[in-house]
Amino acid sequence: MLRIVLAEDSVLLREGLIGLLERFGHRVVAGVGSAGELTGAVTEHRPDIVVTDVRMPPGFSDEGLRAAVALRRTTPRLPVLVLSQYVQRSYAEELLDTGDGTGVGYLLKERVGKVEEFVDALQRVADGGTVVDPEVVRQLLRHRRDPLSRLTAREQEVLALMAEGRSNASVAEALTVSEGTVSKHFGSILTKLDLTVTDATNRRVLAVLTYLRK
Amino acid sequence: MSSPTLRQALRRPRYLLGGWPWRAAFYLLSGVPAGLALLAAVLLLAVVGGALTFVLVGLPLLLMLALIGIPVAAVERYRLRLLDPAPLVDPHRTPGRPGLQAWLRTRLGERVTWREFGFALLFACVLWPVDGLVAGSVLVVCGGLLATPVVMAAVTDGEEVRVLKLYLADSYPQAFALALLGLVLLPLLAYPLGWAAVARGALTRRLLSAAPSEADARIEELGRSRKRLVDAFEAERRRIERDLHDGAQQRLVALSMTLGLARLEGPAEPLGSLLAKAQEEAGVVLVEIRELIRGIHPQVLTDRGLAAAVEDLADRSAVPVDVDLDLAERLPQPVETAAYFAVCEALANVAKHSGASLARVTGRADGERLTVEVRDDGRGGAGTAGGSGLQGVADRLSVLDGHLIISSPPGGPTVFRLDVPCSPAHLVE
Repeated sequence: MLRIVLAEDSVLLREGLIGLLERFGHRVVAGVGSAGELTGAVTEHRPDIVVTDVRMPPGFSDEGLRAAVALRRTTPRLPVLVLSQYVQRSYAEELLDTGDGTGVGYLLKERVGKVEEFVDALQRVADGGTVVDPEVVRQLLRHRRDPLSRLTAREQEVLALMAEGRSNASVAEALTVSEGTVSKHFGSILTKLDLTVTDATNRRVLAVLTYLRK
Repeated sequence: MSSPTLRQALRRPRYLLGGWPWRAAFYLLSGVPAGLALLAAVLLLAVVGGALTFVLVGLPLLLMLALIGIPVAAVERYRLRLLDPAPLVDPHRTPGRPGLQAWLRTRLGERVTWREFGFALLFACVLWPVDGLVAGSVLVVCGGLLATPVVMAAVTDGEEVRVLKLYLADSYPQAFALALLGLVLLPLLAYPLGWAAVARGALTRRLLSAAPSEADARIEELGRSRKRLVDAFEAERRRIERDLHDGAQQRLVALSMTLGLARLEGPAEPLGSLLAKAQEEAGVVLVEIRELIRGIHPQVLTDRGLAAAVEDLADRSAVPVDVDLDLAERLPQPVETAAYFAVCEALANVAKHSGASLARVTGRADGERLTVEVRDDGRGGAGTAGGSGLQGVADRLSVLDGHLIISSPPGGPTVFRLDVPCSPAHLVE
């Protein structure tokens, strides 16, 4: 049994969710309707998991999400499941960035219809898992779509020559530019391909691999 | 800030160091010969013209008298630039047809011509003597005092000198004390001199600037009402979005949840599959409503601002989109909304018509203006003609005094460029 604090400003949904969760043997120790009350209820009840809406009073903006992020900052181990009406990469990313990214979930509200899956996801978050809605994952993946497209034509040329196994000096000669220019291009390629491994030679291999995989 | 007016210069501590006092004096003094010449011309034209009226020769002279305000006003506008670099606009209309007759008809029919005539009379009779008196007395007082020792040495060989016809100085120490007094008075009197020039300039500006016409007032009111309409439209969008979000969307989620619970409780078949079908349909409607709400007004724009909202657009675009928006802080809400929907429309066009394989959104805000550019590598040929969505975007931007420029030569590339003022001061207006 999980002890749950639930924040949802629509009374209809709040009551429905309480009914659903109790049907599965969990206990909603506090059902609140605003972000301020949510923080208070968590301090008071120390629940096993927080379930919260994004858009809530008083501003009907993203107060729920902000409260969740704030709670995760003060209590990094507190599992939080955010129910959202929005397929929004930035919201999900913000949440996943809190703590070490474990014990958080970002689900579209409509997932509660698939009752058993929803309760299962809730349990996984409470156990320290990470749950992200498939729609949002799709958006996250699209965002990372073909990293090579971010390279300029010149940078792609540089990378292609590197894939042939050439050294910086040899690439510079082939493109009739200075070696400094080549290493500058290479630096920008690494940034654009999100290759942040510290070992420089390893990054070179990874960059080339990315190129070859396309 | 680079070219201040005399009025601004007077309020600054460095007023005395710049050339401003001299400019003020020159402005006032240069009016004297001009005014004298004008007075002579007015008198001559009036007397000779009047006297010769009975032989008809006088009529053209009287006509010239009536029009004398036009060159006078032109010279005065030019002189005003000594005090204020912002030029005063010439309010005269251009005659519809060439030729002297059309010109005369236009000028005589204009109210401003008669105002300028009135100004010319005022200038000839009142203004230039006052100008001369003010500037002249400052220069004479200071100059007279400063020159005392020189005059004493040159004229009376150190005997005595009568300063400004008032005071008799009869020794060098006295003479140098008077010169020192002049030196002290010079900066002190520079201030009243400056303010006199400002007052004279303001009077000229007031009499010679174009009077706001009724048409201007109407245009201004039209602009304001257009702004109000867009605001009302925006408020309505928000209301619809909120109603859908708080109403239909929540109820559908609750319905889907109830259906889900019912499937748990109910017997397997045939009710189970019917419930599953109902739930699936509710799910489809939910997706549709979600997209509808996002199209009306995306929450992320309100919460996170333009950059996040455009990134979100890029995520959803069928054509890959690079986003590089450098916006240090949140922009005023009407600007964010207009720019967002402009980018939205531009990207929709890229996806639908351009055949592009890549688009790029770049933007900067420097506190004064926001510029955003959407560029693609497609085949070009886009435009605002034919009542397209782009025309709507251009209209919406123009309400905020912004512009949309589209460059889309056949063969591409297409570049949408929007430019909106975004300083808070501009929007209060």
